[in-house]
Amino acid sequence: MPTTVSKDFRLTESHIRQEDVVQLVTPAGVRVANPTFDPWVEDVGPDQLASFYEDMVLVRRIDTEATALQRQGELGLWPPLLGQEAAQIGSARALRADDFAFTSYREHAVAWCRGVALPDLLRMWRGTSASGWNPYDVGVATPAIIIGAQTLHATGYALGCQKDGVDTIAIAYFGDGATSEGDVNEAMVFAASFQAPVIFFCENNQWAISEPVRVQARNHIADRAPGFGIPSLRVDGNDVLAVHAATRVALQRARSGGGPTFIEAVTYRMGPHTTSDDPTRYRDPDELATWQGRDPIARLGLLLQSLDVDVDALDRAVTTKADETARALRAGCLALTAPEPLSVFDNVYTGAHSWLDRQRSQYAAYLAQFDGEA
Amino acid sequence: MMLQTSTRQLTLGQAINSALRRALQEDDKVLLLGEDIGKLGGVFRVTDGLQADFGSDRVMDAPLAESGIIGTAVGLAYRGYRPVCEIQFDGFIYPGFDQIVAQVAKLHYRTQGAVRMPITIRVPFGGGIGAVEHHSESPEAYFAHTSGLRVVAPSNPQDAHSMLRAAIASDDPVLFFEPKRRYWVKGAVDEDAPGDIEHAAVVAEGADVTLVTYGALVAVAKDAALAAAEDGVSIEVIDLRSLSPIDFDTVERSVKKTGRLVISHEAQQFAGLGAEIAASVTERCFDYLDHAPVRVTGFDTPYPPSALEDHFLPDLDRMLDGVDRALRKPNSLTDWKADE
Repeated sequence: MPTTVSKDFRLTESHIRQEDVVQLVTPAGVRVANPTFDPWVEDVGPDQLASFYEDMVLVRRIDTEATALQRQGELGLWPPLLGQEAAQIGSARALRADDFAFTSYREHAVAWCRGVALPDLLRMWRGTSASGWNPYDVGVATPAIIIGAQTLHATGYALGCQKDGVDTIAIAYFGDGATSEGDVNEAMVFAASFQAPVIFFCENNQWAISEPVRVQARNHIADRAPGFGIPSLRVDGNDVLAVHAATRVALQRARSGGGPTFIEAVTYRMGPHTTSDDPTRYRDPDELATWQGRDPIARLGLLLQSLDVDVDALDRAVTTKADETARALRAGCLALTAPEPLSVFDNVYTGAHSWLDRQRSQYAAYLAQFDGEA
Repeated sequence: MMLQTSTRQLTLGQAINSALRRALQEDDKVLLLGEDIGKLGGVFRVTDGLQADFGSDRVMDAPLAESGIIGTAVGLAYRGYRPVCEIQFDGFIYPGFDQIVAQVAKLHYRTQGAVRMPITIRVPFGGGIGAVEHHSESPEAYFAHTSGLRVVAPSNPQDAHSMLRAAIASDDPVLFFEPKRRYWVKGAVDEDAPGDIEHAAVVAEGADVTLVTYGALVAVAKDAALAAAEDGVSIEVIDLRSLSPIDFDTVERSVKKTGRLVISHEAQQFAGLGAEIAASVTERCFDYLDHAPVRVTGFDTPYPPSALEDHFLPDLDRMLDGVDRALRKPNSLTDWKADE
């Protein structure tokens, strides 16, 4: 990977219209030359592409298994990532271990790439804890349910990195709907003003529950950032290689003091918003079919074939691994049980709080009345 | 050898300034974030001179976006910083409300204790300075109602100094409400005194009625106690200082002694802190009460134009009126009913 941005490279000048979405691999799996972005992925050979392929198959399997677990009543809710594997894997695999991701609730693949343990992916959705993992163990904040809130957190974290004098960066993941929120716009103002080393990574999956992206944005979402003084890229979000290249460009800018970058990954949510949603009420089936033709996993498979990789053998190996992963996920899910009742009072404050301590004592005494009962 | 003393005469605003200065000196993870806090020194000049001494990297002029100020502080706290945010006026905090109640208050709980939010949010609050709309509000109950936050309000320069230092040192998020009409009032400040953001203070001893209040009204309540004493009524004045948690043990001890409770705050009455205090004290002290708790508060209206604020704000006379009610004396606010 190049370690510097060439001097004549100006992201703002190559600011991209829809027809210029950065694409390195066509939906038919054909690698297309791109003199600007090719240098950023020249080290990505068949082996790494195969590992992306494995990631994408595994997270899709994790996603479908979790969806099934919800249908069987084992999870309260699940927001499927189906269709967005390339956007998440391509970007998250570009991060360094010390970087920090601030996500919304659909970035299961980002969490997977960061090393979140399987059952931890489900804790919040099973309702056995308010979140699944220790953010500092994996460099991923606990998911933000409030739309767009995490973009400010990422900006603040990035400011902290800047103050610490390290080249660690923060990346904020959010959807097209979030770009209407004040917080996302305020985050861009703060990031631009302070030149924070943060990446705004918008997964434009075309739908905010039932609202199409045109309700959020009249122009391309990527067009917004330059108005804040933040260069942006519009990238084919179903092209893992293009996403990887774009993220590397943004990382390099951030690490070298270049400030924030906005990436709009144009992708598609092939499933419902969550398992409570019914997209057939608002979505044209032809649209879904069109995007199924742009499936990120199929596309990468075709590319690998063209690179003389034995994709059948790869598929066999990956499928076996996916089956094992799904089994482990299911077993891990069923092993998640409710914590003990008085833990409801834990961690509201870091120390004593007289009202809460009184409530805890009172409830403990109440519960103690039932000791010895069956 | 003479005992070294660090006591100085400071206004409440200067006391806060000196607390911020000490915090910036002692911990390089402390940084200030707010609108106009740099060269201007804040609209009340509370941060005067701090950017000149600590640099714009530590004393940061923020874009005019309250959610941005709080949300950015969340990210800085994730990274190990201890941000002290300044919200310019009470009525400007609402754009930051979501980040405060949904993120700052809950992240420690949400992450099972893994993430700490040692954020202090300073807010000048309350009326009495003849300001325009949105500049005289008392939004403290919104935050006291939110678990995970600590909410405090000093009433004098000493507490302002030591409570702010304790707030910044706290690993919990603290809403720090500064009684703006007291900014210019001087008092002795021992800058080494330990801070207390958990306990109330009995600021005037008395035997007949307990008068509980906080912030700017503490001074009014002390005056009311002096005035009542001339009529032979002995008022015990409690300065709550902490609004979450409320130090009910101190209030309970006092009410068990006096048997009567008056609560006063500038904020509107309905669902305000007075309601919580009345209910909790009634639960704890029912058998000791000689009269139902009495509230003397702002009205259930938006904060009025400043020409009317003297009517809206509880003053010495309205407090004494409330004391009369608690003592079952003839009282202007209850006697109208007798005429029906």
